[in-house]
Amino acid sequence: MIDWSGYLDLILQGALVTIKLTLMGSVLALIMAFLAGLGRLSRFFAVRALATAYIEFFRGTSIFVQLFWAYFVLPMLGFELTPLQAGVLALGLNVGAYAAEVVRGAVQSIGKEQYEACTALNLGRWQGMRHVILPQAFLVMLPTFGNNAIELLKATSVVSLISLADLTFQAQVVRAQTGNTLVPFAAILIIYFVLAMLISWGTRSLERRLSRGLDGVRV
Amino acid sequence: MAAPIIKIDAISKSFGAFKVLDGLSMQVMPGEKLALIGPSGSGKTTILRILMTLERIDGGHIEIEGEQLYHMEREGVLVPASERHLARMRQKIGMVFQLFNLFPHKCVLDNVTLAPMLTKGMPRAAAEKRAMELLDMVGLADKAKAMPAQLSGGQKQRVAIARALALSPKIMLFDEVTSALDPELVGEVLNVMRKLAAETDMTMLLVTHEMGFAHDFADRVLFFDRGKIVEEGKPDDIFRHPKEERTQSFLKKIIAAGHRV
Repeated sequence: MIDWSGYLDLILQGALVTIKLTLMGSVLALIMAFLAGLGRLSRFFAVRALATAYIEFFRGTSIFVQLFWAYFVLPMLGFELTPLQAGVLALGLNVGAYAAEVVRGAVQSIGKEQYEACTALNLGRWQGMRHVILPQAFLVMLPTFGNNAIELLKATSVVSLISLADLTFQAQVVRAQTGNTLVPFAAILIIYFVLAMLISWGTRSLERRLSRGLDGVRV
Repeated sequence: MAAPIIKIDAISKSFGAFKVLDGLSMQVMPGEKLALIGPSGSGKTTILRILMTLERIDGGHIEIEGEQLYHMEREGVLVPASERHLARMRQKIGMVFQLFNLFPHKCVLDNVTLAPMLTKGMPRAAAEKRAMELLDMVGLADKAKAMPAQLSGGQKQRVAIARALALSPKIMLFDEVTSALDPELVGEVLNVMRKLAAETDMTMLLVTHEMGFAHDFADRVLFFDRGKIVEEGKPDDIFRHPKEERTQSFLKKIIAAGHRV
């Protein structure tokens, strides 16, 4: 009979790493999404070009390859990263590229009349964006941001390939040490699912809170 | 004689192949209440939108209080206005839209205080005090904390008027402000505008299909057709004794459609 308590501990440690990666990756992704998404709407060609290049590059190449670059190639160029840093960097930049298009689409979905009201009230471009357009657009972004965050959570398993001890990595360890496949894999299946449900529930309740008072307007 | 507050000189504007305004010139005196009437597509709304810098002109010049709107002088020559110049000129002008264009995510009070706080650096307390005075003036002081979605069309439009007034513009533009309202809500908005006209010396330009209101409200009426002023004069002259054939047939159609003159 196997004593599972020690192994459960290993898996929970892995879960912590996965949660950490997801949170830090999501923060980086959110920052990149707004930078690149608003960058694509810039008046300046150079900014638009840079934002578009970032988005197309990171959507167009595999996250595995991006991670290997961050962990194995960057050190050759003089940037030494820990596995966690490399993981957060690859995940944040990759998911941020998808989320940038969400930002752009949501901002463009806000009606022309809102922009005209901003002009008539003499708000500057950024003032109108910050106080009028983005608060409304954010509500449009939220459901898809929830999707993106879940995608990011599931993509964290790639870091096991650079020997970062996340949930998937620990399950492999437990499997190797106990010879039991079903228990560790069932355990991480459930943990991933519960984490994804938490993200869904979080974005939904945020959405509800922010759309209060807007009844009949949108969502 | 005082100088005109708005001087429009030979402006033209096209949307694609459609020439909305073709060499239009007109002047508005300070404090004047002007009604712009005419069939749709005649260019009257476009004039308001051009004055609010929501549309650019293709040619001509506009002066507000003797200053160029779309141009600025640099070393003796007129060059296209910078964003900063436009922002300075916009301070003189406020606009109320047909569809209100309130900010749906902000309560009534915040709709009114947002621009004064951001563009004039007004402290919140002062902006809210002024906003409450204005909301009181339009009869909505009790709705300060309501969200726009909770208001009727007439209430929304009155908030929109208070919001535009909060920046203390010298010129107010009203673009078909009652066209989107249920008939029973039109009166409350018109009453606010009457009060405004009686209590302030603001210059007001009004695009409207409410001929009865235009008659009572305006000092001068301009009849537009195909981007040109066909006829202008005192309300009594335009509505009771129109000289031009096109004015006559327009007014006949409007009356036939049930509008009171």
